[in-house]
Amino acid sequence: MTAIDLGLPRLGGLDGVPTTDEKQTAKDFTSDQEVRWCPGCGDYAILAAVRQFMPSLGVKRENTVFVSGIGCSSRFPYYMNTYGMHSIHGRAPAIATGLAVSRPDLSVWVVTGDGDALSIGGNHLIHALRRNVNLKILLFNNRIYGLTKGQYSPTSEQGKITKSTPYGSVDYPFNPVSLALGAEATFVGRALDSDRASLTAVLKAAAEHRGTALVEIFQDCPIFNDGSFDLLRKPDTKDQRLISVTHGEPIRFGPPLDDGKGAYAVVREGFGLGIAKADEVDEADIVVHDQTDHNLAFALSRLSDQDLNHTVVGIFRSVERPTYDDAVRAQVEQAKKDKPADLQALLNGQDTWTVVG
Amino acid sequence: MTTDTAVEPASPGSDGSKVLQRDRVVIRFAGDSGDGMQLTGDRFTSETAAFGNDLSTLPNFPAEIRAPAGTLPGVSSFQLHFANYDILTPGDRPDVLVAMNPAALKANIADLPQGGVLIVNTDEFTKRNLAKVGYETNPLEDGSLTEKYQVHAIPMATLTRTALEETGLSKKDAERAKNMFALGLLSWMFHRPSESTERFLREKFAKKPEIAEANILAFRAGHNYGETTEAFAVTYEVAPAKLAPGTYRQITGNTALAYGIVAAGRVTGLPVFLGSYPITPASDILHELSKHKNFGVTTVQAEDEIAGVGAALGAAFGGALGVTTTSGPGISLKSETIGLAVALELPLLVIDVQRGGPSTGLPTKTEQADLLQAMFGRNGEAPLPIIAPASPGDCFDAAIEAATIAVKYRTPVILLSDGSLANGSEPWKVPDVESLPSVDPGFATEPNAPDGSGEFWPYLRDEQTLARPWAVPGTPGLEHRIGGLEKADGRGSISYDPDNHDKMVRLRAAKIANIPVPDVVVDDPDGDAELLVVGWGSTYGPIGAGCRRVRALGHSIAQVHLRNLNPLPANLGEVLSRYKRVLVPEMNLGQLALLLRGRYLVDAHSYTKVAGLPFKAEELQNLFLDHLSGVRA
Ligand code: SF4
Repeated sequence: MTAIDLGLPRLGGLDGVPTTDEKQTAKDFTSDQEVRWCPGCGDYAILAAVRQFMPSLGVKRENTVFVSGIGCSSRFPYYMNTYGMHSIHGRAPAIATGLAVSRPDLSVWVVTGDGDALSIGGNHLIHALRRNVNLKILLFNNRIYGLTKGQYSPTSEQGKITKSTPYGSVDYPFNPVSLALGAEATFVGRALDSDRASLTAVLKAAAEHRGTALVEIFQDCPIFNDGSFDLLRKPDTKDQRLISVTHGEPIRFGPPLDDGKGAYAVVREGFGLGIAKADEVDEADIVVHDQTDHNLAFALSRLSDQDLNHTVVGIFRSVERPTYDDAVRAQVEQAKKDKPADLQALLNGQDTWTVVG
Repeated sequence: MTTDTAVEPASPGSDGSKVLQRDRVVIRFAGDSGDGMQLTGDRFTSETAAFGNDLSTLPNFPAEIRAPAGTLPGVSSFQLHFANYDILTPGDRPDVLVAMNPAALKANIADLPQGGVLIVNTDEFTKRNLAKVGYETNPLEDGSLTEKYQVHAIPMATLTRTALEETGLSKKDAERAKNMFALGLLSWMFHRPSESTERFLREKFAKKPEIAEANILAFRAGHNYGETTEAFAVTYEVAPAKLAPGTYRQITGNTALAYGIVAAGRVTGLPVFLGSYPITPASDILHELSKHKNFGVTTVQAEDEIAGVGAALGAAFGGALGVTTTSGPGISLKSETIGLAVALELPLLVIDVQRGGPSTGLPTKTEQADLLQAMFGRNGEAPLPIIAPASPGDCFDAAIEAATIAVKYRTPVILLSDGSLANGSEPWKVPDVESLPSVDPGFATEPNAPDGSGEFWPYLRDEQTLARPWAVPGTPGLEHRIGGLEKADGRGSISYDPDNHDKMVRLRAAKIANIPVPDVVVDDPDGDAELLVVGWGSTYGPIGAGCRRVRALGHSIAQVHLRNLNPLPANLGEVLSRYKRVLVPEMNLGQLALLLRGRYLVDAHSYTKVAGLPFKAEELQNLFLDHLSGVRA
């Protein structure tokens, strides 16, 4: 890929957004609306994490906007004491694009779900990622339609029995991280709703990334898809399955060996990746995570599918690429410099004639 | 040649040919879509505008970018009507038809009245080309044309090639300039000034000066051909029209709309944000606005129609003047987001350049069949204001008016243009920028809760306009959430309360219904008409022309034209009730008539045509005469 140098300065995700020195707390970000998700819903954990993490960004609350689509997750903006819009099904990335392009002084967050982002809104999602608009997209993936009371979603596993698939779903699911990487996303991360520390770390990195950041959050829907991510939560299974990656570090997971690192390692295998016992391979063969390596990110996303066999969490990819909104604004600013905004001259055009009375 | 008054005696021209005076002339250039007929027509229009005639144009081109050469579907034409008085339509039938090939002749000859002037490029009349369109014999040779028309058979390609021999251009490239030969000939025939065309060609082909020169040579060759050959015994003069004093230019509806949007940004003091997806015939508005970033205009070519309007709405939430432009099926795709804008009560300008439907329909043809969709095409009770410009130049004012209403009343507004306005052109009196109004968007800056709690209530309405406050992100203390779920009156939190919903539905309806729009002005010069013709949108011209013709025959007839379709003007009901008969001609199956009947219980007679072309003045004249006898019966 040839990068076009648009002559734009290197910026962080929050550059241009007014900051505050005032101490903010989770409470400041809590609106007066009663939270109405089902008891035990994973959304509560995510909401709590976001409310607690927002003050650490140090930006003004009034310059923070949450835009959502439709679905259980999309109620999220009502519960944040920021500006917010609960829009229509699937369209939040498009609406947020208009807002982010026209207002560089805002920190714009999209909250969406697997149905909202990947089914009805798939087109807007991939184009936001491709353009690299300075948006943070939180995709709550519970692999089910909750708000409409339990139909399979584009991330549900094949064979899933739901109200609309009593004989089992024959649909093949998306892998949201693979999809985002295929759509040229510059930042892709994943976290578990219940893992506050790693969720916060990914969110913070996303906030600081200039461009579209997609964060897939595995979220439990105890009502219609109970325990769907239990394999990644339960102590007896999670060790073999949950692979947390950190840029620059060898990818090891599982119960620690004597060196303090996990008993399993991710190694290269053909064109992809495989899993080996860490003490049975040469250290040089263990993959060191590089968040700028597109191929590695994709291979990591393919380590497991719906079976959650080996599930990577953390930051898959984070690279710099000029953002769409910066480029659009730069063109407007340049045009303003180059040419006076003479409306009368515009209306007159090249060929006028005068009629005298 | 058409004339509304007696033909003046011929006077000798400078070259010895006779010069005939005419009040008005209609010319149609027709050729293959690769022949450059639109450009030829545009140039003739510019020359005519510069000369000071009133004019009106009707481009007509195929939906295919390049239909097979020489076939009927590939025929492209451009009709121009110009006169020494103010005219209202592009003309019913041509007085002069220029046919660049057999297909163009076949597709257009039926419209040329007996005695009309027919100018034909004979080089294309080969056996093969004739067969392609089903001519068994060459109509130029079998006498079928010379009986009826004044035929000028000219080998334009050959003459152009000969004129360009010195340039060293290939035969193919040289012959390409034959449209400029035709333009030169017509310019001579009608005494058009030619400097602007030569200047235009030099600018257009600035990077290829040899092509510019070739076109200019061809243009002059056509001019000289008229002057030097005996074939053309007469030329025609159409004196400049007496237009109101001012500075004029020629403008198409799409350009006027784009300029109106730029001006609306100035009027409201808001940055313009256009979210759009390419679609015929609205794309030119996107193209035009994309050129004017120096006015602070942002254009986003979105991934689809839905994203186009979504981005515009997002920008509106942020305090921009959000605009989206579309046509045909595009307006259907935008419906849900427009409904959201109704619920959010945010300003949004939606421009629908209507084209033939349903579905993909007739992308390049005109129609007025989106009126009811604009009125009702959203789920739930979702009223919004609708404005329809009456002429290409009026698109400018309509855009400003629509944006002003959107901003003032915090509502999406649909502006209904159509294909004939979009591509049609007319002289436009350029407005003085200083005279444009100024509208304060009145952003909310302070908490407004009536209970003194210091909270911000996003749905607390202005008592007079019923508009809600527009508080943009970045305003401290006014953080709030809006969305498509029903909101509690005032406070704006989610509400499922039955009474609240009923109240909110009525408040939204009342807000739109109470927007003041200008009263309709009845055009009834005799003051005793019994028949009232009601139109909207682009039919203004043909209806007006039809009325003039009927009046010239000694009858009284009244005309009312609606620019504001929602809300309707307050005096309309009273006006309708004054006439014995109300007639509503529309390019749909009676959509306005349905609204008028429902709203005013008036027995409106509907006249409908959906042929993809504007009404003809003659057709309406006959219609009006029929109805006049109906009133008297
Ligand atoms: S249905 Fe599922 S996802 Fe929705 S609120 Fe209830 S638990 Fe949460």
